[in-house]
Amino acid sequence: MDNLINVFFNLDIIEKVWPFLLQGLWMTLLLSLTVVPLGLAGGLAVALAGNQGPRWLRWTTVVYVDFFRAFPPLVLLILIYFGVPFLGIDLPKFAAVALGFLLNTSSYYGEVFRAGLESVPRGQMEAARSTGLNRAQALWHVVIPQATRNVLPELISNTLEVIKLTALASVVALPELLNNARQAQALTYNPTPIVLAALMYLVLLWPVVRLLSRLEHRSTAVR
Amino acid sequence: MNSTVPLSSMDRFVSSFFNAEVAARYVAPILDGMLLTIGLGLCVIATGLVLGLVLAVLRIQHVKLVNAFIIAFADIFRALPPLVVIILLFFAFPYIELSMSAFTATWLALSLVLAAFTEEIFWAGMLAIPKGQWEAARSTGMGSWGTLVHVILPQAVRMTVPPLTNRTIAITKGTALGSVVALHELLNVSSSASSEAGNATPLVMGAVAYLILFIPFVVLGRWVETRFAWKR
Repeated sequence: MDNLINVFFNLDIIEKVWPFLLQGLWMTLLLSLTVVPLGLAGGLAVALAGNQGPRWLRWTTVVYVDFFRAFPPLVLLILIYFGVPFLGIDLPKFAAVALGFLLNTSSYYGEVFRAGLESVPRGQMEAARSTGLNRAQALWHVVIPQATRNVLPELISNTLEVIKLTALASVVALPELLNNARQAQALTYNPTPIVLAALMYLVLLWPVVRLLSRLEHRSTAVR
Repeated sequence: MNSTVPLSSMDRFVSSFFNAEVAARYVAPILDGMLLTIGLGLCVIATGLVLGLVLAVLRIQHVKLVNAFIIAFADIFRALPPLVVIILLFFAFPYIELSMSAFTATWLALSLVLAAFTEEIFWAGMLAIPKGQWEAARSTGMGSWGTLVHVILPQAVRMTVPPLTNRTIAITKGTALGSVVALHELLNVSSSASSEAGNATPLVMGAVAYLILFIPFVVLGRWVETRFAWKR
């Protein structure tokens, strides 16, 4: 047991790598805070285009969404990170990662918002228009708020997935939590940093998982 | 191609992304990688779904201690990024003499993650079946096991098909994560071919192969969503 603790939870090593892992955690948060809002905005735009746009635009959004849902995000990331330089474009690492994640997450958020928009009865739009609001105002003040509320659990669930997704950035050596943990493990010849990083992810994300379970069970209880 | 005339940008684009000569060289290994991806994906789906169903059925028995373990398991594997689980299994476990191959680590990690989500989805599905269904089945003389298998599960499974399909696709795409622990699956093979050739064509081939593999399932998921929609 002592040996196990020494290997997986070595206090000396924790003390040594703590600041480095904390730096990684900040990068993970920064990346999440960049990708989540961008993905939400992109997803809403995709859903609105699919729900309100002309017919050709609807089909375009279906193709866009299915294309990027079929693509493993890591493949997308590597394609952008290693492929784009062949075009002679020098994309900063953070931008490449954010772009790859944006394409992926906006498709998933797009599907969630689409379901949300479809769940709002058509009469809501008509009633809002009849009060003199124009279409954009009716969407923004009446339809979108209701749509968002109807799919709130799915939005949170997808946000959880986006934050977990940021761990992929370690593959292109963006210094986020998992990347720093692996470097620390290689330097200390000890798996403690990886275990510590896993614990940090748990501390960060477990409350979200709990919240989701409660939201889901509340909705089944109401039925 | 040692002409001093600079290639037009279009030619350069085609020769670095759609180079027929490079493509021909790497078709065979990329197909091998694709087969490994398919095999791994099928293994993950089989073990993940079965384990998840077993856990959900166990949980509906309402044994407190067992449920505490199941909930902890489901929470942990829904909170951890799958890549972190793979790296823990592959890089941390050898320190206690528990080495596993890259295939085993990827398969096990993704199966556990899929099982965690499957358990939650099935369990929510079974909860959503009205209590009267249990009572009616029991009153016909059916045992609790028979009720579960013949009455509750068929309805619950039907209801859980859409979320389960989407979740399964998302996690099966995670087989690409195996490339991080040097599993010779599709992404690993095509990206190392790309760096070997100094050309992006193999990566593009890999990407196309992923689309061929997964687009049918994404479209299927869309169809399933309308077909199995829970009429309320």
